[in-house]
Amino acid sequence: MITTTGLTKVYRSRGREVTALDGVDLHVREGEVFGVVGQSGAGKSTLIRCVNLLERPSSGTVTVAGTDLTALAGNGQRANAALRRARSRIGMVFQHFNLLSSRTVQGNVELPLEILGVSGKERSRKAIELLGLVGLADKAKSYPAQLSGGQKQRVGIARALAGDPKVLLSDEATSALDPETTRSILQLLRDLNQQLGLTVLLITHEMDVVKTVCDSAALMKDGRVVETGTVSEVLATPGSELARELFPVGGEASGADRTVVDVTFLGETASQPVISQLSRTYNIDISILGAAMDTVGGRQVGRMRIELPGPFEENVVPIGFLREQGLNVEIAPTGTVPTAAGAAALAPAAALVKEGAK
Amino acid sequence: MTWSEMWPELNTAGLDTLYMVWWSTVYAVLAGLPLGVLLVLTDRGGQLQNIVVNKTVGAVVNIGRSLPFIILIVALIPFSRFVVGTSIGPTAAVVALAIGATPFFARLVETAIREVDGGLVEAVQSMGGGTWTIVFKVLLPQALPSLIAGLTTTIITLISYSAMAGAVGGGGLGNLAIVNGYQRSDDRLMLVTVVLLVVVVTIVQFIGDVVVRIIGRRTGTVPAGSSWLRRRGPRKPIAELAPRPAAEVAPGDGPTASARAGTG
Ligand SMILES: Nc1ncnc2c1ncn2[C@@H]1O[C@H](COP(=O)(O)OP(=O)(O)OP(=O)(O)O)[C@@H](O)[C@H]1O
Ligand SMILES: [Mg+2]
Repeated sequence: MITTTGLTKVYRSRGREVTALDGVDLHVREGEVFGVVGQSGAGKSTLIRCVNLLERPSSGTVTVAGTDLTALAGNGQRANAALRRARSRIGMVFQHFNLLSSRTVQGNVELPLEILGVSGKERSRKAIELLGLVGLADKAKSYPAQLSGGQKQRVGIARALAGDPKVLLSDEATSALDPETTRSILQLLRDLNQQLGLTVLLITHEMDVVKTVCDSAALMKDGRVVETGTVSEVLATPGSELARELFPVGGEASGADRTVVDVTFLGETASQPVISQLSRTYNIDISILGAAMDTVGGRQVGRMRIELPGPFEENVVPIGFLREQGLNVEIAPTGTVPTAAGAAALAPAAALVKEGAK
Repeated sequence: MTWSEMWPELNTAGLDTLYMVWWSTVYAVLAGLPLGVLLVLTDRGGQLQNIVVNKTVGAVVNIGRSLPFIILIVALIPFSRFVVGTSIGPTAAVVALAIGATPFFARLVETAIREVDGGLVEAVQSMGGGTWTIVFKVLLPQALPSLIAGLTTTIITLISYSAMAGAVGGGGLGNLAIVNGYQRSDDRLMLVTVVLLVVVVTIVQFIGDVVVRIIGRRTGTVPAGSSWLRRRGPRKPIAELAPRPAAEVAPGDGPTASARAGTG
């Protein structure tokens, strides 16, 4: 539904160049909710603004619903009629709602319809219908200043849906809202996605948002997409940073000569007593250092950090057992063995530096 | 001068002032509004970015604003003759007043429009809106309270400028106060005229503030630059707004809202 290829955006200001996007290839399938996460400055907003060409990419293409917008847009900085028509089929919701305070709630929802040239009667019918859809039918005559944040965002969503879009773009739509309201807005987005078959591309810095509503996700870093896939795929990928971010499991090894293992449970495996089986079969004591469990897309998903006695070499067989059970098993990156060795190797060097300082 | 002698003088002068201020305001708005919008649109990052046009218009506006009005009015004598066929009288004064007030109002318009949140422009662009839509459905309506505050300031400035219209025989209350009151030492006439001017200015400011306040209260925005509001405004809006979110957020966005979303 949304495809970008080699999307690059370089900002030039006062002789300085900032590469906000560096060859982004993104593919959002029809009817899915796709989440983009990443640190501040990773280029998330730039990416979503390039999708409807609010920001002109320096190079690369953007295709939405089969239309190559980059080809449509021409070279000029101003949006031509063709691009504007394409934009009216892409809804967008904003972190700070961006509602016109000079218009009533209904007036705000009618604005995109005015741009599309819909007649007055039809406009108000449609606006009322959309306000009903987002649960604000009784607020049609209110002004945005009289609404709460959550209600404003509902108006923003109703407005974004006015042009019957196939695609909804959302840049941190819930970041200005409290957790309770965030949940209700996410539920609304999910409902719209399912009822209207709306494809949603959303940007967030809250991993909870991805867990709650996203079918797929991508992790951005320094203008690049470093990981992407369905949430289940991501969780099943060994060494996935996104999986670690989604289900952070903390916990340090309790001492040297231990093996720390991160285990990811997906679907059926989540409900099986694997850990106690492991313990019984190999007669070893297992400590659980940290764990996170949740339901993602109706499936039980969890991650657990466990500690097995003895170094890795002694635990090859138990780890093999876990893998046989269909679990995704990783030796924790902060394993004690390499760290201890590393610390030992570094110690003399540190001593030398100290000596040098004297 | 007795009261009965004074009355016809005041009447004529008052009507002259009204005439000059009204028409110069109309022309200043007709010319200043588009200029102010143009200054914003052609600026860097604007919808119609054009630095050459922007700098040129900006320079012309600055020159217009920096000239002392009395010099402008004299310099414009030949121009007034060309435009309205005469270089004296209230009509000639309107030409000078309008030209003097246009750059003044244009800058106020520019400032008012720059205050409009860029996010709103972006939102309308994302809906497929073009420059026309942005100007007429976002910038002007959103800036309306500030524009009206600017208009009030412009009218009041024109009332005081119109006193100098005497230089081209424009007449008016200000001129009456200067020529008949001050120069002929008729203290009573001067006092009456000045009081009248104060009353007119106060009424204009009051009406402007009330309009701004009505719009501002409805939309929850209170623009800067409105004296009456600035003095008494802060207490009222805070008292009005404070209890509202607390009372509304909780029921509006709590479980009810999520329940509605679930069924809707
Ligand atoms: N208009 C601009 N001019 C110059 N640089 C910009 C501009 N917009 C963004 N950038 C730069 O591009 C990079 C990516 O910015 P972007 O807003 O896309 O980040 P983000 O991932 O959305 O961050 P956040 O989570 O804080 O919103 C940043 O380094 C930023 O400074
Ligand atoms: Mg951002």
